[in-house]
Amino acid sequence: MADSRDEPLVLGIETSCDETGVGVVRGTTLLADAVASSVDEHARFGGVVPEVASRAHLEAMVPTIQRALKDAGVAASDLDGIAVTAGPGLAGALLVGVSAAKAYAYALGKPLYGVNHLASHICVDQLEHGALPEPTMALLVSGGHSSLLLSTDITSDVRPLGSTIDDAAGEAFDKIARVLNLGFPGGPVIDRYAREGDPAAIAFPRGLTGPRDAAYDFSFSGLKTSVARWIEAKRAAGEDVPVRDVAASFQEAVVDVLTRKAVRACKDEGVDHLMIGGGVAANTRLRALAQERCERAGIRLRVPRPKLCTDNGAMVAALGAEMVARNRAPSDLGLSADSSLPVTEPHVPGAGAHSHDHDHVHEVSKDNLYS
Amino acid sequence: MLLLALDTATPAVTVALHDGTASFGTVAESSQVDARRHGELLLPAVDRVLAEAGLRLDAVTDIVVGVGPGPYTGLRVGLMTADTFGLALGVPVHGVCTLDGLAYASGIEDGPFVVATDARRKEVYWARYEDARTRASGPAVDRPADIADEVAGLPAVGAGALLYPDTFPDARGPEHVSAAALAALAAERLAAGAELLEPRPLYLRRPDAQVPKNYKVVTPQ
Ligand SMILES: [Zn+2]
Repeated sequence: MADSRDEPLVLGIETSCDETGVGVVRGTTLLADAVASSVDEHARFGGVVPEVASRAHLEAMVPTIQRALKDAGVAASDLDGIAVTAGPGLAGALLVGVSAAKAYAYALGKPLYGVNHLASHICVDQLEHGALPEPTMALLVSGGHSSLLLSTDITSDVRPLGSTIDDAAGEAFDKIARVLNLGFPGGPVIDRYAREGDPAAIAFPRGLTGPRDAAYDFSFSGLKTSVARWIEAKRAAGEDVPVRDVAASFQEAVVDVLTRKAVRACKDEGVDHLMIGGGVAANTRLRALAQERCERAGIRLRVPRPKLCTDNGAMVAALGAEMVARNRAPSDLGLSADSSLPVTEPHVPGAGAHSHDHDHVHEVSKDNLYS
Repeated sequence: MLLLALDTATPAVTVALHDGTASFGTVAESSQVDARRHGELLLPAVDRVLAEAGLRLDAVTDIVVGVGPGPYTGLRVGLMTADTFGLALGVPVHGVCTLDGLAYASGIEDGPFVVATDARRKEVYWARYEDARTRASGPAVDRPADIADEVAGLPAVGAGALLYPDTFPDARGPEHVSAAALAALAAERLAAGAELLEPRPLYLRRPDAQVPKNYKVVTPQ
């Protein structure tokens, strides 16, 4: 086995939403995962406010980089590359991270890799369970996305099989939490209440599960409206709302559809591994039901620990390290933030992307800064 | 001393190297006007300026950055870049009010006069100066009509002044700040032992954040 010291040492920066994340990995080994969150500043608004997030990223970036390097016990000069989320995400928030990554890579004379946020959510599992099997089926569920993706090579080939046609799963959790007056974000609090409720108490609808519906697409808007109507009817009748049962029944409707479709996609595509990532993958019922259904179907389930499921810099570093390991072309200094970067583009190679040598040679000046 | 100055608080993406010796110590400079591409243009501009000067980034002893006020998204590009350079190189990062850079570049020796830049949303960022080196008040953000009395009869410098001739009839250039002016001003102040600003953005406005209206009922009434 190769000495792990030979594996690429990469620092990753993530600012697509409200977490300022900086991670350091060596190959598939996690060395540091520093996160500064502005979630508390958004709570009173009931959702992420882009300008508040961007301001917080600017404040937090340098200290978070310093903390990550310290936690990892490495010097910046030892890094083999800098990776950054180039998209998708909030445009202004992404731009702060991209600006930092470009300046850092340039000043250190290291190659820069602008990578895709969704592919990073998949790749992070390498830090938990080792190299991703190829192909891998991935179910990504968060406040911003709900997708089924099939990847044969996380650095070059990610195919979307289906995604939500309206709300993301995490958004539905936030909205129902708001209707129940449970605050923001909704995921963790619904999960907590649901543990004491009856998931079969109320039969909420399962969106897009009819025989003629798109097999791998999701819809959570109808469910959200249905739950809200049910609660309003109770309130209108002057009855108490059974918060625990509502939370459990709503959550069951979401995770039932997610896991059913994911397992079906694995069977249809002949893939025997399922990876679940994104913030909603921290949901305890989703993890349990996915485990149960995967076992029954003979599929191996891989879900990273909750801290790696939510947005973080380690996932960006993990994908960056894979880019280095597979000799993918670095990005150039003109790299821009792309709020709608398609999932089919795992990274953003430079305009003059050509060769695979990046022994710290500058993309623009071709000058080795520390020769 | 080798200063690297940059400013992204106006539509100009401007970078300069300055040797810190005198007000004509600019070694190399690049300015491009493109209000929507600060993020893409800044690093290549830094690289170009260094190449032109035949110098490498690790020769820089101080970073100077315009702290605005200016439209936030572009403003943050310059500040984040400056901060990160400071971290990577282990050199100090000095903030300078962007409007001070414009005042300095105006060359107006006898004031009072006004500097105004475009704050969008029909407002200007502005400040009042006694002379090219001395800010008397501001910066502030206002609608031009609301400050017409305060600025009446004064020469006015910058794109914000040129944009609103009713309020600023005596408007003149330069339109946008140049990093060379910013660097020269910073070099003067550093030589005089004066304190520069922290490299923190002058937003002047609170973030736009509407508290979402109370939960909207979905059941038809
Ligand atoms: Zn995410």
